[in-house]
Amino acid sequence: MLRQVEGSKAVADTVACCRPEVICAYPISPQTHIVEGLSALVKSGELTGCEFVNVESEFAAMSVAIGASAAGARAYTATASQGLLYMSEAVYNASGLGLPIVMTVANRALGGPINIWNDHSDSMSQSDSGWIQLYAETNQEAADLHVQAFRIAEELSLPVMVCMDGFILTHAVERVDVPEQEQVDAFLPPFVPRQVLDPAAPVSIGAMVGPEAFMEVRYLAHANQMHALEVIPQVAREFAEIFGRDSGGLVRPYRCEDAETIIVALGSVLGTIKDVVDEQRERGVRIGVLGITSFRPFPLEAVRDALKDVKRVVVLEKALAVGIGGILAANVRTSRAGLDLKCYTVIAGLGGRAITKASLHGLFEQAGADALESLTFLDLDHDLVNRELAREKRTHRSGSPAENVLRDVGIVGARLVRRTANDQ
Amino acid sequence: MFQVRIHGRGGQGVVTAAELLSEAAFAEGHHAQAFPSFGSERTGAPVVAFCRIADSAIRVREPVMVPDALIVQDETLLEQVDVLSGLHSDGYVLINSTRTFAELGLGDLDVSDRTSGQLLTVPATELALEYLGRAVPNAVLLGAFAAQTYTVTLESVCDAIRGRFPAKLAEKNCAAAAAAYAIVKSQRKEPADA
Repeated sequence: MLRQVEGSKAVADTVACCRPEVICAYPISPQTHIVEGLSALVKSGELTGCEFVNVESEFAAMSVAIGASAAGARAYTATASQGLLYMSEAVYNASGLGLPIVMTVANRALGGPINIWNDHSDSMSQSDSGWIQLYAETNQEAADLHVQAFRIAEELSLPVMVCMDGFILTHAVERVDVPEQEQVDAFLPPFVPRQVLDPAAPVSIGAMVGPEAFMEVRYLAHANQMHALEVIPQVAREFAEIFGRDSGGLVRPYRCEDAETIIVALGSVLGTIKDVVDEQRERGVRIGVLGITSFRPFPLEAVRDALKDVKRVVVLEKALAVGIGGILAANVRTSRAGLDLKCYTVIAGLGGRAITKASLHGLFEQAGADALESLTFLDLDHDLVNRELAREKRTHRSGSPAENVLRDVGIVGARLVRRTANDQ
Repeated sequence: MFQVRIHGRGGQGVVTAAELLSEAAFAEGHHAQAFPSFGSERTGAPVVAFCRIADSAIRVREPVMVPDALIVQDETLLEQVDVLSGLHSDGYVLINSTRTFAELGLGDLDVSDRTSGQLLTVPATELALEYLGRAVPNAVLLGAFAAQTYTVTLESVCDAIRGRFPAKLAEKNCAAAAAAYAIVKSQRKEPADA
């Protein structure tokens, strides 16, 4: 049903339609309205056959999800930021055990310094955890991806993370055609586990595997994710047949035909980029954008195919691998091996810094002239950085960089609007 | 696309106002996007929320930096935050105040491109106290906004309010919004009648 609804609420209602049997969550920041909405649906009796478990930590949330899934229940949880880090050990176990848990990550930055705002540091820190990672561009896609996630997870017996931008999507109220129960029931069959803990037929899972077989088990995990490269587009096609709209899949090319420059990005920033691409296309610039929906498995071939005739690729990402630069960019660089094109990495939007159309216009113009550094930090305040660097050069005991920089910019809360306005 | 920026303080229902406006626009068949400028949620802290209204899908996710309309829920913000920044030369400004623009120190705001109704103050807190018994001016200001900009109708605003709040509270808010709507309507008529 078409509704004007908060992203978190749309996802909560959609997850409820997926008939989860166990939802476990730690109800403290960083958490979203998603599990709050789901707990209300369980309490009111609108969501039946589901146990909502209020756990004592994110580590416990994932552990309960593992136990529930191993017992044959469809399990769901949601987290973000430090919460995802805190459950990390169990995150690896869920995928290592091959348990089809679905988890929303409402993308937020990682501390320190403490920052509650949006970027992709959290999910990127778990990109090699063995989970499938799907990134939503809009709240419509966020809702749709959850329905597809359960299908994909259960078909492959692999856990799936649905990543949606914290605040930018989770707190945005916009138009969403929220999936309806009949549609979801037609698309998503009941969970038939590949492995199950059953007191009537006792087995153990999660046994120790030594050097004689560990490589093989890990290889199988990789092969299973590679198989997802076929399953994900197939599930998206079947979704389109029932729901009548395109959502999901591996990659999303937009105006890439005859493009000389292609921007590659993940998540909600794709919307802003598309507006900028449209405006530049009107001026005759041959530019397009490639959205990556499936970051794990990474669709090397699809990306390579999209880039094969372009002069340059600009990878814009909301995460930073300290000590090397881009994370998405490193993956894109792998896909373009042997292709003759320039590759620029742009780190943008860290810790909730707004990514504006004005900044993107300037950035893409620079890229078109091949005047970009290979690694660029969009809208970095160089004066601020240089002041701190000078302090550190002057004296060894220069204090905390974060505190020093904060003092330089003044009061943070009051600065937010002024700052974006002055950037015009 | 019509872009609205709402300034206020934590506890004044700033984010709710943006969401209600988006719901009213949606009910009238428009695309709309409402979102807060995300900060720590503290009572009294400056809060900003945004609402975009358009007739096609809204893809952009940047904050509203060049607003077509500004709603200022708390006049004390004028001294603390640059609320007017980026305002369109012919943009609307609606301020919750018993004072005039001149008395607020905004007398030099360029009015050359604006009609008289584009710069308005409304005693929204007083109206809220009168109708709700609480100093929450958001719904009142939305009523005034509907009369000022004709972006949405008062009926759609009230429907959105009814969809959000318990019946009793909703009706009080609707009555307050209607009162503000009537005040602005009468103010807007003055130049034509004069």
